[in-house]
Amino acid sequence: MDGFAKYLVRRLFQFFLVIFLGVSLAFVITKLSPVDPVEQSVSLMTNFGATDPRAVELMREALQELYGLKGSMIEQYLGFWGRVLQGDFGPSLSSFPTPVMSLIVSALPWTVGLLTLALIITWTLGNLLGALAGYYRNNTLLKLSGAAIMALHPVPAYIIGLVLLLAFGFIWPVLPISGGAQMNLQPAFSFDYIRSLILHGTLPALTLVLVGIGSWFISMRSLVSNIVTDDHVVYAELGGVSSSKIFSQYVARNALLPQLTGLALSLGNVFGGAVITEFLFNYPGVGRLLIQGIYRGDYSLVLGVTTMSIVAVAVAVFIIDLIYPLIDPRVRHG
Amino acid sequence: MFKILRDLLRYNREFAIGFVLTLGIFLFALAHFWAPMPDSAIYLLPPDMPPSAQYWFGTTSRGQDVLWQMSSAIWNTMLFGITVTILSRLLAVAVGMISGYLGGKWDEALMTLNDTMIALPNIPILLLVYFVMRDSMSWPVLAATAALLGWNYDARLIRSVTLSLRTREFTRHAVFAGMSVPQILIRQHLPYVMPVIFFTAMNNLIWAIGLEVTLSVLGFSDINRPTIGGMIYWANQHQAIIAGIWWWIAFPIVAIVLLFLGLFLLAISVNEYIDPRSRLSRMGV
Amino acid sequence: MLDLVKTPVATDDVLKVEGLKAYYQMNYFGVRREVRAVDDVTLTIKRNEIYGIAGESSSGKSSLIKTIAGAITPPLRVVEGSVKFDFGGETLDVYGEPQRMKGARWQNLSYIMQGSMNVLNPVRKVKHAFHDFAFRHMGLSEREFRAKVEQHLKRIGLDPRVLESFPHQLSGGMRQRLTIALATVCEPDFIIADEPTTALDVLVQQDVLALIKDIQQRMGASIIFVTHDMTVHAAISDRIGIVYAGRLVEEGPTLDVFQRPQHPYTAHLIASLPRLGDKTRRSALPGKPPNLADPPSGCRFHPRCPLAIDKCKSGNPPLENRLSGRVACWRAGEVVAA
Repeated sequence: MDGFAKYLVRRLFQFFLVIFLGVSLAFVITKLSPVDPVEQSVSLMTNFGATDPRAVELMREALQELYGLKGSMIEQYLGFWGRVLQGDFGPSLSSFPTPVMSLIVSALPWTVGLLTLALIITWTLGNLLGALAGYYRNNTLLKLSGAAIMALHPVPAYIIGLVLLLAFGFIWPVLPISGGAQMNLQPAFSFDYIRSLILHGTLPALTLVLVGIGSWFISMRSLVSNIVTDDHVVYAELGGVSSSKIFSQYVARNALLPQLTGLALSLGNVFGGAVITEFLFNYPGVGRLLIQGIYRGDYSLVLGVTTMSIVAVAVAVFIIDLIYPLIDPRVRHG
Repeated sequence: MFKILRDLLRYNREFAIGFVLTLGIFLFALAHFWAPMPDSAIYLLPPDMPPSAQYWFGTTSRGQDVLWQMSSAIWNTMLFGITVTILSRLLAVAVGMISGYLGGKWDEALMTLNDTMIALPNIPILLLVYFVMRDSMSWPVLAATAALLGWNYDARLIRSVTLSLRTREFTRHAVFAGMSVPQILIRQHLPYVMPVIFFTAMNNLIWAIGLEVTLSVLGFSDINRPTIGGMIYWANQHQAIIAGIWWWIAFPIVAIVLLFLGLFLLAISVNEYIDPRSRLSRMGV
Repeated sequence: MLDLVKTPVATDDVLKVEGLKAYYQMNYFGVRREVRAVDDVTLTIKRNEIYGIAGESSSGKSSLIKTIAGAITPPLRVVEGSVKFDFGGETLDVYGEPQRMKGARWQNLSYIMQGSMNVLNPVRKVKHAFHDFAFRHMGLSEREFRAKVEQHLKRIGLDPRVLESFPHQLSGGMRQRLTIALATVCEPDFIIADEPTTALDVLVQQDVLALIKDIQQRMGASIIFVTHDMTVHAAISDRIGIVYAGRLVEEGPTLDVFQRPQHPYTAHLIASLPRLGDKTRRSALPGKPPNLADPPSGCRFHPRCPLAIDKCKSGNPPLENRLSGRVACWRAGEVVAA
């Protein structure tokens, strides 16, 4: 049990370190900017008409307060931590006066739902095909599907999404290409609403699957072709154990463990892909919120979403780290 | 070196295809130095012309020749990718080799930092950097930021190679001969790390180009400098798809897919050539 | 097929290897290479016998044993010759009947592998290995099977609770015992042991050797025992065969080979063993083992042989009966043990 406790402590330390460094990084980046966010916001607002100089001065004061830009650098830094811990990033400028946090909270289920679904499909399918391709090296069908998956793998999410959008939205218009569900439907447990959810989610999810499946396929295939030459597999073959049993219990099972660690490590990248995909398909998740915030110059929204996504990815990684020992006995029993 | 290239071209189909694709695209990009008009000029030509004998790939709604725009765009995109790759290789090699050679507490500290960086989501951080820099954002700044985010996986790989070199006989000889740590790392260990650097460089280049395409497609880079993503950004701004100006979007997509395919085929075949394990499995053929 | 069954190998022989040639055939970036790892080996092993195979590393002894076990994968291929077992009066051709061969594994033929430390799946409990390997041969219910395995473990001196542990929780010696238990639980007719004691420290080594010998005597199995360690052969083998550069160069009863080696290579192997009270320096054999992709002409040992004459360079000496065994050397009678 000693080894297990050590593992836990190490993971916990890493978890806090990621959050600490990530949040600090977000703070430092905002300070490196040559642009003053208050001036930027003020000029943005005065564009809409408010030009009374006294009103502008008042607004400047209010914004400095709001953005936590008053006081020394250390005070500002500590203040930033206070806001992160309370989950309070002030009101959004582009959707005034809705708080940034409630925008994030209402967008979060869309992103989490889309990502979880896409990730489960990607991981399962990529690993299954990769393991089969690594074990049955001479199967033509597996070779062909492998070649297709690998050719797609380096293409960025936006390009794959755009091609799908053109194919299923314009050339053969069978799927909705914008939004999370049909506009005129109320969220409910009705057949129509769920059907609409699924239809709207298909293209974004397909994009994420096509983007992500290649790296799982490639790493699983090379893991398996290495494990196949391991002593315990060769021995099972000499023992006349059936090849389906060797595949599932001696090869795939062992190769899945590093792939689970890989899942934790890849979450950051996967989230990045989701940001782009959501924007492309106008999917109402956190990613679209972030990019809209950038286009609209909404300082508190951009800072809030970035910080919260760093925290959220760290939490997800930590959850996978906690599940890992349940599956790998070498960690569980020292 | 030439012999390796010749052998690879002759006996490795993936390498041959990848090499031809990449070389072809590189030559096409190189051609922009002889373009008949500056790549920043707009409304110089009649807009929205479909592909024809005069304008092979048609013209854009901004009155630019798609062919020459693409030539410049690929050049700029590749330049960005190579800059990121070189910068991030320097970081990865430095951290990886120092961590692997020194071991102990240093190794632990550097690798903890490394794993922390891996867990940070790249895209939101890059977007935040763009957001706070806005108009003062230039491609070298973006490249530097990308390089700072793109070395972690490879540093781990390089570390594991150095770790195995550390206990080898020749390292001990070098230490007894009074060589300093930088001398040992550069003269004795670097040659062994070189294949790993080369292979990771290929993958990193692909990643960096993908990043550039993604950011400029959204307009989050210098939009007046032609890049592949930037072309798609302008096409979207002018609603090229709805207006039926398909050539403005289709040709850049084809170009980028071909470039990725070429680089990827090069990367996997070079890896196969370097990696003794996959070499062994080939012997059965 | 029927003919084969009717004409068993010989009532007293369990294994008959005839004219066996197995080569690594490689083709990489246009370069063809052929490595003759097993080159024309003929040998028989009797019932109840422990047959030792000796030779330095990369002599081809590991390839030979893999070929006998039917455990080769490309690029290693059988080019010529046959390997036949005789289990209970029925002949089994290893390279003629893959399906029957698969059925015979563990029932009639089991294997103790080199580097036994890693032969158990690190992420599964030990009990699953016993179940996967042995259950289908026993014809027992789950409960009876478990009882039988536990009884077997106790006989070998292992606590049955090891079944519930993962391999990494056991010591090296325990794991080695466990793989021996696994290889013997079905009481097979023939056991192939490939360097089973090499990775162990000397005390555990003695222990494991005694265990193997004890089980062999109790079950009446034949064992082919491979190791480069001549002292281990002296302790366990009834007969030994010496392999050099893919060929069998000498074979005979262990005692005779040690006392009167007929081949200069054997003589060297034995002379290099340490002896109590002997303080003379051990002479190392000059040169390296030959490259099997491009072996020397004639007798493959001639470049390193102190007795080599011109004939050795041109003609390959046949393996011929001599005294109580067989030897392949033009000057066999002139060899003196150092």
